[in-house]
Amino acid sequence: MSGEAAAALIVLGPLLLAGGFVLGRRTRPTRTSDVGTPVERATFETLHTASLAAPPLRAGLTEESARKAARRLRTLLGTDALCLTDGEKVLAWDGTGDHHSGQLMDQVAGLLDTGRDKAFPTACDDLDCPLRWAVAVPLTVDHRVLGSLVAYAPRESAVLARAAGEVARWVSVQLELAELDRSRTQLIEAEIKALRAQISPHFIFNSLAAIASFVRTDPERARELLLEFADFTRYSFRRRGDFTTLADELHSIDQYLALVRARFGARLTVTLQVAPEVLPVALPFLCLQPLVENAVKHGLEGAVTRSRITISALDAGAEAEVVIEDDGTGMDPERLRSILRGEGGDSSGIGLLNVDERLRQVYGDAYGLVIDTGAGAGMKVTVRIPKYRAGVHGS
Amino acid sequence: MSQTYAVVAVTVVVLATVLIGGFGLRISRTTSDFYVASRTVGPRLNAAAISGEYLSAASFLGIAGLVLVHGPDMLWYPVGYTAGYLVLLLFVAAPLRRSGAYTLPDFAEGRLESQAVRRLVSVFVIGAGWLYLVPQLQGAGLTLAILTGAPDWLGPAVVATVVVLAVAAGGMRSITFVQAFQYWLKLTALLVPALFLVLAWQDDGRPSVPAGFPAGVPALSIANSLGRADHPLYATYGLIVATFLGTMGLPHVVVRFYTSPDGRSARRTTVVVLALIGGFYLLPPVYGALGRLYASELSLTGDADATVLLLPDRMIGGVGGDLLGALVAGGAFAAFLSTASGLTMAVAGVLTQESRGVRHFRLATLLAMAIPLAGALLTTGVPVADAVGMAFAVSASSFCPLLVLGIWWRRLTPPGAVAGLLLGGGSALIAVSVTMSGAVPPGWPHTLLAWPAVWSVPVGFLAMVLVSLATPARIPPGTHAAMTRFHLPEALR
Repeated sequence: MSGEAAAALIVLGPLLLAGGFVLGRRTRPTRTSDVGTPVERATFETLHTASLAAPPLRAGLTEESARKAARRLRTLLGTDALCLTDGEKVLAWDGTGDHHSGQLMDQVAGLLDTGRDKAFPTACDDLDCPLRWAVAVPLTVDHRVLGSLVAYAPRESAVLARAAGEVARWVSVQLELAELDRSRTQLIEAEIKALRAQISPHFIFNSLAAIASFVRTDPERARELLLEFADFTRYSFRRRGDFTTLADELHSIDQYLALVRARFGARLTVTLQVAPEVLPVALPFLCLQPLVENAVKHGLEGAVTRSRITISALDAGAEAEVVIEDDGTGMDPERLRSILRGEGGDSSGIGLLNVDERLRQVYGDAYGLVIDTGAGAGMKVTVRIPKYRAGVHGS
Repeated sequence: MSQTYAVVAVTVVVLATVLIGGFGLRISRTTSDFYVASRTVGPRLNAAAISGEYLSAASFLGIAGLVLVHGPDMLWYPVGYTAGYLVLLLFVAAPLRRSGAYTLPDFAEGRLESQAVRRLVSVFVIGAGWLYLVPQLQGAGLTLAILTGAPDWLGPAVVATVVVLAVAAGGMRSITFVQAFQYWLKLTALLVPALFLVLAWQDDGRPSVPAGFPAGVPALSIANSLGRADHPLYATYGLIVATFLGTMGLPHVVVRFYTSPDGRSARRTTVVVLALIGGFYLLPPVYGALGRLYASELSLTGDADATVLLLPDRMIGGVGGDLLGALVAGGAFAAFLSTASGLTMAVAGVLTQESRGVRHFRLATLLAMAIPLAGALLTTGVPVADAVGMAFAVSASSFCPLLVLGIWWRRLTPPGAVAGLLLGGGSALIAVSVTMSGAVPPGWPHTLLAWPAVWSVPVGFLAMVLVSLATPARIPPGTHAAMTRFHLPEALR
């Protein structure tokens, strides 16, 4: 029956899809013979192999990254064996004759101190061993020797020595980039810490002043506000963990708003819409509170007498969508753009910029802030948060 | 039966679903509400939502139909559907929630740190989801055809359209409230008519239900085509294994556990689910038994799945029968809508996560629904409950080993998981597909392929364990941290 055969096809659909997906990933654009001369093709091959070796090296010099990279690098140099070491031990050996790895660290000890290339015979007792000669080149980052690359050959070869030197320089550049990545991460971590510390001075002062104004007229309210204040600061100064849950973050925003209301009273209206499904979503610590603070600031800035802020957290499939909207003074899009490029220099945008960078850092560039605004037209900030991302666990 | 009542009931259910979905958000305007609005979903609400999503057409219509045709042996279906949650409670619920995974591919990635396993699991999730969606749509077609005489394709089209519009237009902004409402609606829609039917049966002098097959069952009724009559004992074991172990891997069930705030409440949610589902499953057998008395000819026409829908009219009749019939019809449509929307959202979620081409959730929703819709329109003849049983078999042979070993065994490796998924889940998927295509000769081959769980689940476990033991070097470096996160209560971290 054709109907049932079609049904089988449909049920097999997932399998077919998977097959197609795998095929699509496996099949690269074909390098057919009409692309260039043999020399050009060799160049393409070399560049391709080099590009394959780059990603593991960008993770820094570890045993795993060295193991993955060594394979590619050996193809690149076309040697029988290739070895990567760090300052103390052999990280990876690719190719034949890894019985040499035992004595290797002694042989390259001088190189690791001086940072100069070294060629030496292997002096192998095994007569069948094809590795008779080796060239060792240092891997340097910022003039520090991190490790070495050792290439083995059956006989002395000036070409190999030269090639190994070039490859080592290329590897060094990749390692420098890895170092750069690491320092960028450290910078962002430092910024997160700085943001935590920054939250308060003005806010603490204003809150305490507002609370003080209630102490005589309404001691009960003053007490409640002080407790909110204590809770809020405890959350903000929390040391442990870089991530939190949306429920906790909203709770902290609630406390923040209670303190703001103590100052501005009826001038500020806040509406909250929450789909309860998204409350357990994990997200970077204090990444919404600065946005709300920003909305409050914009909303009450200048001649505006009343301000309305809407916070909504909605369920959008595998993501949560948080929107923070105010009807305040807004901002000139050009100015906002320069702030988000890091050129603003005025304090009001620092919070936005920082949140944007942290979101991009954690979830990738597709998850930066989306801001709709215009001068005098209010501001709407949209944050999308994936419900799951490896390594992100709210605690 | 009066068509008007039924059409009105179905329309009301559809409207209520859309309205609750669109306006069920918690909104606060004053400070005191803020805390209430940002409170996480409690175990009772979440359990009602899980039950609402879980009780599908197979439960609402299928079980009664099977009891009508095959008698009390078929009670293993409700038992299995419920017991699956016991297994889930004991082995999976709390650790799965603590893993922070939203979908099964997330769990695989978090535990095994491998993109390859993640992709493979996604394929299986989509496959199982589609397999599960087909009978939901077919059930809708059957219901609408019986109630209003509409052509068979109309029901699937209506459900598919409503679900796609509601989900894709962002109408399901708060699926929890929708699904919880659907549970209570389904319970009411079966309970109230059942009470009247039992009263009618007492008025009738309480005739006893025949234990054997109703007279005149032809040798080749539909269910026989699934090989149950050849080897009933084997088929029963196949059913038990599939339903006991398959529940934990159903994509729409897993997604719902994410809504619980922590592992402890996930466990409490599961206990409440057991109670809610257990209560519900007392009802379909009543319909099945009464159907044997008053509608036994349905087993001849192949419309046994319609027992629940037709009984009120048969036994009570008049306006009362019409009203009760309309209530049942509304409940049945709630069953199609809730399960279909839950599955569609789960499948669409995985589709958007995995493929770079389908960036937008709306597009993914369309795709998630289009393929099972085509399947529902092209296949006929497999009883609803049996088709659902096949989805359970696939889930039991692929996700159960992955979840149980992933949570309880430190030495699981990515190659092991891939081998288990391919051999266990893959063989089950192929067996089920071949069965649905109808190309298998009757007898043992057919029985083995129609009820694959008995052999495919052990195959999946064995492959996973053996290949993992053979590749000890590939144990993910983060295993210890992952295990700690799964098993330590949140308060102790």
